[in-house]
Amino acid sequence: MKYLHLIWAALFRRKTRTILTLLSIIMAFLLFGLLDAVRVSFAEAGQSANGAERLQTGAKLSFIQPLPKSLQQRIAQVPGVKDVAHANWFGGAYQDPHNQIFTFAVSDNYLDVYPEVEVDPAERKAFDATADGVLVGDILMKKYNWKIGDRLPLQSQIFPNKEGSKNWNFQIVGTMKSKDNKAFQSQMIVLHWKTFDETTPYNRGSVGWYVTRVDDVNESDRIAKAIDAISANSDHETKTQTEQAATRNWIKQMADIGLIVTSIMGAVFFTLVLLTGNTMMQAVRERTNELAVLKTIGFSSRKVLGMVLAESVLLLLLGGLVGLALVSLIGAALPAMSGGMINGAHVGAKSWGLGVALAVVIGVVVGAVPAIRAMRLNIVDALAGR
Amino acid sequence: MKFLIGLATFIVVIVGVVVFLVSPWPGLLLLALVLGLWMSLTRRGQQAASVTAIGVSTLRERLGSSAVIVVGIAGVVAVLVAMLAMANGYRETLRRTGGEDTAIVLRGASASEVSSVLGHDAAVVIAQAPGIARDEQGRPIASPELVVAANLPMKGGNPEEDFGSVQLRGIGEMAWKLRTNAKIVEGRRFTPGLRELVAGRGAQRQFDGLEVDHEIKLGNQTWKIVGIFESNDAMESELWGDADVVGPTYRPNGANSSTSVFARLTGPEAFEPFKAALVSDPRLQVDVETTVDYFSKQSEGTSKVITAIGIVVGAIMAIGAVFGALNTMFAAVATRAREIATLRAIGFRGVPVVIAIMLETMLLALVGGVLGGLVAWLVFNGYTASTLAAGTTGQLTFQFNVAPSVLWTGLKWALAIGFIGGLYPALRAARLPVTTALREL
Repeated sequence: MKYLHLIWAALFRRKTRTILTLLSIIMAFLLFGLLDAVRVSFAEAGQSANGAERLQTGAKLSFIQPLPKSLQQRIAQVPGVKDVAHANWFGGAYQDPHNQIFTFAVSDNYLDVYPEVEVDPAERKAFDATADGVLVGDILMKKYNWKIGDRLPLQSQIFPNKEGSKNWNFQIVGTMKSKDNKAFQSQMIVLHWKTFDETTPYNRGSVGWYVTRVDDVNESDRIAKAIDAISANSDHETKTQTEQAATRNWIKQMADIGLIVTSIMGAVFFTLVLLTGNTMMQAVRERTNELAVLKTIGFSSRKVLGMVLAESVLLLLLGGLVGLALVSLIGAALPAMSGGMINGAHVGAKSWGLGVALAVVIGVVVGAVPAIRAMRLNIVDALAGR
Repeated sequence: MKFLIGLATFIVVIVGVVVFLVSPWPGLLLLALVLGLWMSLTRRGQQAASVTAIGVSTLRERLGSSAVIVVGIAGVVAVLVAMLAMANGYRETLRRTGGEDTAIVLRGASASEVSSVLGHDAAVVIAQAPGIARDEQGRPIASPELVVAANLPMKGGNPEEDFGSVQLRGIGEMAWKLRTNAKIVEGRRFTPGLRELVAGRGAQRQFDGLEVDHEIKLGNQTWKIVGIFESNDAMESELWGDADVVGPTYRPNGANSSTSVFARLTGPEAFEPFKAALVSDPRLQVDVETTVDYFSKQSEGTSKVITAIGIVVGAIMAIGAVFGALNTMFAAVATRAREIATLRAIGFRGVPVVIAIMLETMLLALVGGVLGGLVAWLVFNGYTASTLAAGTTGQLTFQFNVAPSVLWTGLKWALAIGFIGGLYPALRAARLPVTTALREL
């Protein structure tokens, strides 16, 4: 630690070069932080504590195949089931048929299965009492500037109402919030299944999927099997998965996020190693004389090695920390800027740890060659300029 | 004064970058031509040419630091080109699926095939519309099709847990006449009336057990795969079976209904009358589009998102690369300060020096751009990826398409980075007082 001053002075010997290199490093770690946040948010999707105790039951044939409503009671009788709710895909769109909004037609107890979704008790009561009432996620409320009490015309891409028109009319009675917008309901609209089923001639009492909350997470597997056993060998066989497994499957089908992120980061850090490596080589080369003087006045070869290595690690750490700090700043501003499209781009403790570890490793890698060169420096040759 | 100069350079930077990024290739060619003429015809131009020649000839001695520019820019271009090639491949795959002379008819206000329902009667009416081409026996080439989703185990996953969704299309005989590009490459077509399926090449790549003569379970029924087809478009990610068998399995209540009707028209000009006839028919409430419009629209959202991600990531990397290039060129100018000062002392003017250093940087940037594009092309051209496509119920397999236009965009980015990276060092070199520079070192 007592050499920090010396290392610092060596690092900023050429200000322009060091600052430009630092800026490159900052950009690299900024990108790292953003991509890692994306990767983590995908990896953690559905892994919340509440998600673990929820099971999703859909038709085994395919996810668009409906299930009978009668299944609800039979699932509820499976031992270990706390509550069972159901939902239907409504296929909602606002203003333009291509402007899709996630809209589910849900059972009355749907919100009880999602305790992380916060709805004001008065609004919940209003929702329960209003047949054409809908609850809207707060991100959507902000995005479209809706207010409670507004009429909400929604188009369904699938279901016509009684008059045969696909334009439905609802009333916004409340807002669904969640901490850090973690729950997907923050970007969704829910309406009453009963209203939906009575209004459209096409649903005829069917249900899209069931969401079951279990008492004990460790019992999930047994309960899932028991639920599937109810409809085994019928014409509506089911497939029950934990919310976690279902989400993971879904994401896996979307894209191999991990692979994309890793490839980009590979390209970025390869470039970074080359760039900072070049800076360090230059820095050590032009300091040959000074290093020789250091050795002359008694610094051991190993200490010189350590100092050059420390310099390059310090350079990387400075850039890395500033870059990650920038991600935190941007992450805080991003949801507002993107109108709620991007969420949770914050740097978690794991990302910080990984970032710092990467900075140290890259620092050692790029510092190694110049440091060894400095260590092997022959005092007489160096001072003579050979 | 200093502030004004700074502002002026900043404006030059912005204008330069914009010029590089938006101008089409004839514009840049013209720019290069003007520069070439200037360098060969005017005195200053000749000075610039000789200074550039000196700079370029000493590049070999600065291989390490020049490599920073080349590799830095190559990295940016490679990532950008790869992302754009992904978006391009996705868009192309869907666009290829449609044509100007085929039309798709959906129930009104349905955003995609899956959310549409057409009754049997409607399908019959649509087939009688004017403008539909006819086959040898004089029957209209109109194909009512039923699109549903099927759950199948994904390749490389746990066969009990990791299910993915594949689009299953129930078709009739006419579908083969309509989609002349779909060719059976293994096995045979399915026999109407039996639980037999043909699988697309893309679907075969994503899902387990899609081999000829294998049996798969859809729900509690067993279906047999009898053939593999290739069509080189989005259809390749699907399974096809007889509509009259698929229907009852999936829609016990409305077995005769379909989701869409595809029609081959006598030509692109037949579309307008075809559409007009259907839209004005009081028995129907349908949307009519050419398939090229329909499938292009389906790809819009996703390809926009991929492009945007590519540009954001590329831009952040580009800023990093600019700093790397600045660093290298400042160092290069510093080591050659004496040389440049000598040139100016014997009468070379500032402009040739600026141009020479800019040219040198842009040359390195160009090499980096070509290298990055080449790497992206070698690694990613034809690389197969898949995603859940918007408007379908299954995975869509597509190939990265490193098209010339994508490579060109990458090269333009490389030149823009080189432009910024060279400008400031060049200005410093030109502004350095001759006497100070000569005394340095």
